[in-house]
Amino acid sequence: MRATLLICAKDLKTRLRDRSAVLIGIVVPLGLALIFNSIFGGISGNSKAIALGVVNADRGAASARFVSGVLGAVGRTGLIAIHVEPTAARARALAAAGTLDAVIIIPAGFSARVASQRPAEMQVIGNVDAPISTEIARSIAGSYAAGLNRVRLSVATVLAAGGGHAAGPPGRIQALAARAAAAAAPVAMADVSANSRQLDQKSFFAAGMAVFFLFFTVQFGVTSLLEERNDGTLARLVAAPISRVSIIAGKLLTSFMLGLISMFVLVVATTVLFHASWGNPVGVTVLVVSAILAATGIMALIATFAKNSEQAANWQSVVAVILGLLGGTFFPVSLAPGILSRLTYAAPQAWFMRGLGDLRGGSLSVVWVPALAMLGFAAVTSGIALTRLRHMTEV
Amino acid sequence: MTGEPMLDCRGLRRSYGNLTAVDGVGFHISPGETYGLLGPNGAGKTTTISMIAGLLDRDDGEVTVDGQPMSPQAVRAKAAIGYVPQDLALYPDLSARENLMFFARLYGMSTADAKRRCADVLDVTGLTDRAGDQTKKYSGGMKRRLNIGIGLLHRPKLLILDEPTVGVDPQSRNAILESVEGLSGEGMAVLYTTHYMEEAERLCDRVGIIDHGKLIAEGTRNELVSLVSEGDRVRLVATGNLAKAAAELAGHPGVRQASATEEGIDLVVDDARSNLPAILTTAAAADAAVRSVEVTEPDLEAVFLHLTGRALRD
Repeated sequence: MRATLLICAKDLKTRLRDRSAVLIGIVVPLGLALIFNSIFGGISGNSKAIALGVVNADRGAASARFVSGVLGAVGRTGLIAIHVEPTAARARALAAAGTLDAVIIIPAGFSARVASQRPAEMQVIGNVDAPISTEIARSIAGSYAAGLNRVRLSVATVLAAGGGHAAGPPGRIQALAARAAAAAAPVAMADVSANSRQLDQKSFFAAGMAVFFLFFTVQFGVTSLLEERNDGTLARLVAAPISRVSIIAGKLLTSFMLGLISMFVLVVATTVLFHASWGNPVGVTVLVVSAILAATGIMALIATFAKNSEQAANWQSVVAVILGLLGGTFFPVSLAPGILSRLTYAAPQAWFMRGLGDLRGGSLSVVWVPALAMLGFAAVTSGIALTRLRHMTEV
Repeated sequence: MTGEPMLDCRGLRRSYGNLTAVDGVGFHISPGETYGLLGPNGAGKTTTISMIAGLLDRDDGEVTVDGQPMSPQAVRAKAAIGYVPQDLALYPDLSARENLMFFARLYGMSTADAKRRCADVLDVTGLTDRAGDQTKKYSGGMKRRLNIGIGLLHRPKLLILDEPTVGVDPQSRNAILESVEGLSGEGMAVLYTTHYMEEAERLCDRVGIIDHGKLIAEGTRNELVSLVSEGDRVRLVATGNLAKAAAELAGHPGVRQASATEEGIDLVVDDARSNLPAILTTAAAADAAVRSVEVTEPDLEAVFLHLTGRALRD
């Protein structure tokens, strides 16, 4: 164990002095995460909220419930900023100017038409440069309208069942409407994506770049065994009064430590700089450690087939890129249809990203499946690599 | 040999496919003795010492170091050995002190002991002033000295040097030879491989001559030279009655052969050093005026040539 730690400490010192490890393990992934976030959205966590204007020309009960109840709740999420505008003309002008992303206009008489069972409508005006925001506004308005329609339908059904006494007492109609509104919707959309939640953009690129470059960072440990052979220092290590297993263990530990340092710095840095949200620290730690072990095992196995460190680095880079792309570190391949989606299971990076996604809003227990999958990769590849690495210590 | 040998190896054998690199090599080295393994490139020297140092599994044979059986897993036997590989084996991004500290700790020294020994070795190798510099900034000679220094770090009982002067400038080479000469005085057993006959003659108490994986002769320099039946060659550059002088010298005790040439007289003599005064006296008495004398004694090169029919560096 002592020899293993000494070899690991020596290798870490050498690698940290040689700036390429720091460059590949920390600087490049951090830089790429920054660039991707800059291209695809805000990088500081202050993403611009959707500016949704609302013009309430009605001032009745139904419109008041929509503005204060529905839009008020939406505004409190922070994702949408509600701007109450006095007139439709002004709101239209602001949307045209791009100040507002979309506007919902409630015309005068809206509540009265709703109460008297007559057709009523809300208007949605969108900024042409903000189609997604317009769709969101349309969806909010449509959702409210669907709710109203459900109440209307319920009341009409009860009245029809009452033997044609359509003009029942007003108090009865109100009571029926209130009960229908309070009742749970018989059919509702449920979130069926609980097992494949997506990370937000900042966290996605932070995690994607971190795990993508992890597979490059861990190369330095195992590949150094080939460098030591080339430099003649392996003969000195083998001649020393230590076991060959401790030499191999030292190299594997170096890989693991480089991966750990890299991931720790990246998690902290992206959290502080980009406000990336990695999730429950315990779950993240489990996933990170599992990913490092998987990366170390795979890269070690590839190195055992190479004749020298250059060849090993080339092969390892090819595998790291393929697995990285397959694993959805640049874009979520798991959402792709067909065989491509199933192929992602062959990449530990996919399990890592999936684990982090599931961890968002899920319980800690969701990390065990992806963690076990990655540990499976680690066990199989490390096991084969260890038998082959023993031959690599022969001088 | 007195007492137990520090190194005892018998019947070492190692093959690579159909090629037998080492075939039944055996020798021993006593404490304080310097043993040279002399042979041309590819003779099997490095394979032999790789098996002795535990770097390489052997197909057959036995090795004991300080009474401990050696194998690639033999930690105790390895602790008694200092190994200096033929190629530089240093970490270029680490300083000399960091290189030394790493190996000192690897050989089990405490931090305090390691620091003391590193300072000693830096002093001996003359690298104290540059101890903090990365070794990639060192000259070739400095690297060579550090390479040997690492082998001496843990005060080994057996030091194995694999052709330590290959590719070294004459000045550094001389410094290395001087430092090796001092080691046997400290009681250290030294195994020195070389294909330079002069180094083996200068450093080694005994020499084993290896060729095609076999140890073909072994002994002190004189014992090996005695294998060559030819005597010392003496050339007298002289004037005067050379034919008469040659005839007189031919009958002189210890002179096997004498013949006059245009420049003087060529002789083949047993033990030229002791017979030379009498030879010069006889030549002068025979009216030959000797202006200079050139004596060529048989050396290990001649021994190798005699034993193999090839020059050492063919």
